[in-house]
Amino acid sequence: MADMWITMGPQHPFSHGLWTLKIRADGEIVKEAEPVVGYLHRGWEKECENRTYPLIIPMADRLCYSASMTWAHVYCKVVEEALEVELSDRAKYLRVIADEICRIQSHLMWLAAMGTDLGNLTIFLWALREREFFLDLNVKLCGQRLTTNYPRIGGVRNDMPYLFERDCMRVVDRFEKVMWEIVAMMDGSSIFLSRMRGVGVINRKDAANYGLTGPVMRGSGVDFDIRRDDPYCNYDQLDWEVAVSKDGDAYARYAVRIEEMFQSCEIIRQAMVKLKGLPRTDPVRFKVPRKVPAGTHFARLEDPRGESLMYLISDGTDKPYRLKVRSPIFVNVSASKHFVEGVRIADIPAIMGTLDMCLGETDR
Amino acid sequence: MVDTKDFIEAPSVEHIAGDVTRVFSPNITVRKVAPRRVHFNCDREAIHGVCKYLRDALNFEQASSVCGVDWVDHLQVVYHLSNYSNGVMVEITVDVPNDDPHIDSVALIWEGADWHERETYELFGIIFDGHPKLERLLTPQNYEFFPFRKSYKLRGQQ
Repeated sequence: MADMWITMGPQHPFSHGLWTLKIRADGEIVKEAEPVVGYLHRGWEKECENRTYPLIIPMADRLCYSASMTWAHVYCKVVEEALEVELSDRAKYLRVIADEICRIQSHLMWLAAMGTDLGNLTIFLWALREREFFLDLNVKLCGQRLTTNYPRIGGVRNDMPYLFERDCMRVVDRFEKVMWEIVAMMDGSSIFLSRMRGVGVINRKDAANYGLTGPVMRGSGVDFDIRRDDPYCNYDQLDWEVAVSKDGDAYARYAVRIEEMFQSCEIIRQAMVKLKGLPRTDPVRFKVPRKVPAGTHFARLEDPRGESLMYLISDGTDKPYRLKVRSPIFVNVSASKHFVEGVRIADIPAIMGTLDMCLGETDR
Repeated sequence: MVDTKDFIEAPSVEHIAGDVTRVFSPNITVRKVAPRRVHFNCDREAIHGVCKYLRDALNFEQASSVCGVDWVDHLQVVYHLSNYSNGVMVEITVDVPNDDPHIDSVALIWEGADWHERETYELFGIIFDGHPKLERLLTPQNYEFFPFRKSYKLRGQQ
């Protein structure tokens, strides 16, 4: 049969944002694929060169709406390394709790979107209902649902509000019970399993070479998590496990994310206990100078989607000379041609759904 | 990654710094060694060999990031490479002159560097020799300028 080029996107139900997947299909089989991005390029890194350091925190939130906490965190972290500021323990644990709330709600957003791609409309409502409880925690802690603007250079904006610990524990305890119901619904569905198992397989060697990070890489058997192996913010003082699966298919990436949500609950619970043991007088935020001494620094941390890295060059003024953002999805989507080669066209939503696309941080 | 298994599984930062400088001696210097971090300065003639050595002999499986910097009197390419066995990250800075902005591509060593090099090309005008497909990625194909160079002024910038 003659080959045919099909353009999926920029407006397509599976794309979750503006990007295009051009595929060359021979009948039902994908022979070649080419992702096209750039519809949302707004020169984020260049814009930062025109702003003072504190003004970039809300901009970093907007790199990805569902991972705003971790993006603002990695930005604050790189500036803190340049200023050689060490946070107080209280600020560290508050950041851990905020990051893990962010991770759970981001994964729930992914679960809702991916389930809908596969025709499971119930999971959309269930996951978004659970996500709303975590967004309410965000409102209590930061005053905002999504673009939280919570980390500050030298700490966090505010301490926990009154009764936050009680509310947080209620939400986490409830969520763990409901998660088992969600898992039972997904894993009990033979349609879901048959669409996810054995498609989009990436082996361990290729996963590292293609630059995949985060749950996608751990789904291929690379046992690496920056929270554990390059620790920051007292993650090394908490007892939790890295979710890894060796299968490398779409189901493995799904299973890794589900397990990560359970582990995040565990981290929140332990961080809350540690936080209670700290004196109330422990400051949440240190005053830092406006001007950053000249030098080059980089910082990385574990985003819900993978490894987010920022590289800062400061020239001694109150504005950065250059700020580079390494977005995990930018690299993951560049490998999408390897994910879909040889599969059927109908499998593409199932495979690309497990990448957890976010175009704000891809195009920057 | 090589299949011969002659690479060192989890090299220490001192080992990495010593080993790389010994093999590529005049072309590479260590700028800083910190816990889990090694910073190198490298000549652009040696970068391809250094990257291949880091991958094959020292088990650096991933190129996390490749980015460009415009220092006005010269350009610069910065590589961040990750090792999964021990969490070490290596930073290599390579200076590139303004009038001859060429450097060897590492996209065939780590495929993850592919789009990073394309992005650096379109935003800074640094040409990566040997790249499989060096085209504009984020900006429109008909752009004839490089928007992240310092000569391209933003509104309100001097």
